[in-house]
Amino acid sequence: MKTRTPFKTAVLTVTWGWMIIFVLLPNLLVFSSSFLQRDELEFVRLPVTLENYTRLLDPLYGGVMLHSLWMAAVTTVVCLLLGYPFAFAVSRFPARLKPLLIFLVIVPFWTNSLVRTYAMKLLLSTNGIVNDLLITIGLIDEPLRMLYTEGAVIAGLVYILLPFMILPLYAVFEQLRRDLLEASYDLGAGRWETFVRVVLPLTLPGVIAGCLLVMLPAMGMFFTADVLGGAKNLLVGNIIKNQFLDARDWPFGAAASLMLTIVMALLLLAYYRSVKLIRRRGNDVALA
Amino acid sequence: MENNNKLLQLRGVSKSFGGKQVLAPTDLEIRHGEFITLLGPSGCGKTTLLRLIGGFEQPDSGSILLDGIDIAGLPPNERPVNTVFQSYALVPHMNVFDNVAYGLRAERRPREEIAARVREALAVVQLQELAARRPDQLSGGQQQRVAIARAVVKRPRLLLLDEPLSALDYKLRKQMQYELKRIQRELGITFLFVTHDQEEALSMSDRVVVMREGSIEQTGTPRDVYENPRSLFVARFVGEINVFDVEVAEVRDSDHISVRMAGRVVGLQVRGRRYDRGTRLHMLLRPEDLRLLPPDADRGIPGQVIERNYKGMTLDSVVRLDTGQEVRASEFFDEDDPDFDYRRGEPVRVSWVPGWEKLLPHED
Ligand SMILES: Nc1ncnc2c1ncn2[C@@H]1O[C@H](COP(=O)(O)OP(=O)(O)OP(=O)(O)O)[C@@H](O)[C@H]1O
Ligand SMILES: [Mg+2]
Repeated sequence: MKTRTPFKTAVLTVTWGWMIIFVLLPNLLVFSSSFLQRDELEFVRLPVTLENYTRLLDPLYGGVMLHSLWMAAVTTVVCLLLGYPFAFAVSRFPARLKPLLIFLVIVPFWTNSLVRTYAMKLLLSTNGIVNDLLITIGLIDEPLRMLYTEGAVIAGLVYILLPFMILPLYAVFEQLRRDLLEASYDLGAGRWETFVRVVLPLTLPGVIAGCLLVMLPAMGMFFTADVLGGAKNLLVGNIIKNQFLDARDWPFGAAASLMLTIVMALLLLAYYRSVKLIRRRGNDVALA
Repeated sequence: MENNNKLLQLRGVSKSFGGKQVLAPTDLEIRHGEFITLLGPSGCGKTTLLRLIGGFEQPDSGSILLDGIDIAGLPPNERPVNTVFQSYALVPHMNVFDNVAYGLRAERRPREEIAARVREALAVVQLQELAARRPDQLSGGQQQRVAIARAVVKRPRLLLLDEPLSALDYKLRKQMQYELKRIQRELGITFLFVTHDQEEALSMSDRVVVMREGSIEQTGTPRDVYENPRSLFVARFVGEINVFDVEVAEVRDSDHISVRMAGRVVGLQVRGRRYDRGTRLHMLLRPEDLRLLPPDADRGIPGQVIERNYKGMTLDSVVRLDTGQEVRASEFFDEDDPDFDYRRGEPVRVSWVPGWEKLLPHED
């Protein structure tokens, strides 16, 4: 295995080159500019400072961070509640229909998510389709104010991110062996007990993966918050975007962005820890 | 008296998958405390029959009575029946102990009782030391034994075992066969056992059910099925058999006929069975029914030894008859018999113990 074919060398070079140019360098740039100061013309200038980080400690930003986590958490829970039964149902469909259903889940990826967010805006606006429909069937007399609410932002986030919840869940449900469920029933366990003791522990890795895939992007999806939530700083992503594009304060934007990265890294760490714990404590989970 | 009671009755139970009939309408009765074996080639519907009884499939027609009550509508968890799955189906995130305890916890048994019964069940399958292992840390045979313990620990009325010994090596298999019989006797559980190993079926069962392409071909005691097969299929599937095509040459009286076989005419005893002249029949002879005689003997069909295998207790030979047909003979080893040791290539005559032949109508 030690021999290096030219092909292998080429693949390795391209991979490493790509990673260095498009991942490592940009991150290094963000990292280093977060310790610099704002400059009107050059964007950043020396000397090195920690000021950007102390500014982040301002309760205003802490509040946005918490609120952002909250919005992301609500989005994640809604996606989970929708995605879990959906993924389960799809895994039980006849094998011919499954690819079609999963295809339908993936189709929206073909349209830019910004475009889809604007479409959502049309649906939710005061004289949008949803309001028209509700008025037509007589549920309401006056149009509801749906746009520019947190609910609208969450709906938008759920709409964009739901496939990221469904796909990993579908993967674990596909792997879920049916004979295990049958064995559980055979041994006298009912549906609920089978769900808690067999299905849930075996699909938990998919649940966690799906939650991460929804939660992490949800905190940064500034355009959804902009388009559907109005000019409120609802997500950390909005703050970062504002610093870079509107306030032109790159160093502070970089610091905020690094903080978001750190929070996400901590969440990922928690994920690996919990997966390990589940593996080890599988038996106790079953006991509970 | 209880032995005459039927524990399980299948009446006209049938099943199709996607328009393809997998089980033809089938009747079957299983008595209390019986060890009954389904024997048949791969794909003949053995697992399907078990799944219908276990409640994992709904029959298209017919009824399944347990103690006289129709259980067809009950879900698996409400049937006093447990299954040892062909795929073991052990829960991967639980260790051996928790797998075996699973069914008792579902019954909400007290903790001490669960611990005691699980330990007992693990002792029966000789896995006490491995109680803390997870299934992926066990060999196939060990997993199979966990699956057996997990079902037995529930003390079901009827235990369904789907090829539970197929992954074991010869020695462990023999040992587990013995253990299963012991478990069955001691706990008084009725066993419905599936195998496609005819030797296992014959040695373990009170009754054998031979299946073929979704229907029951014959039901009977192992001896019955072996000695009086009802069809060529059963004869061939249960043990080795030599089949001769014969034709009734003469009907002397109600007990004696003669048949034309391999170019000669042979007299047979038929004990009152009626045959007509000219009828074509199959004459079946087990290898152990055949005797090899020296070429100058006054009876037997001439042939030539083409293979000779020493099997410890027996000496197995393959003889090519002058008609071209090859037959297998299996004789008990007798060192003192000078005629016994035929070499390969040597001419012999093949005879059999009169009355041990079995006649079946000709199947085309
Ligand atoms: N769910 C199903 N859908 C369609 N066909 C099925 C299904 N289950 C079984 N079959 C078919 O029914 C037939 C009988 O299957 P079954 O599993 O009962 O055989 P078996 O006797 O247990 O075989 P083996 O000895 O290989 O386990 C097979 O032809 C199989 O392909
Ligand atoms: Mg089978």
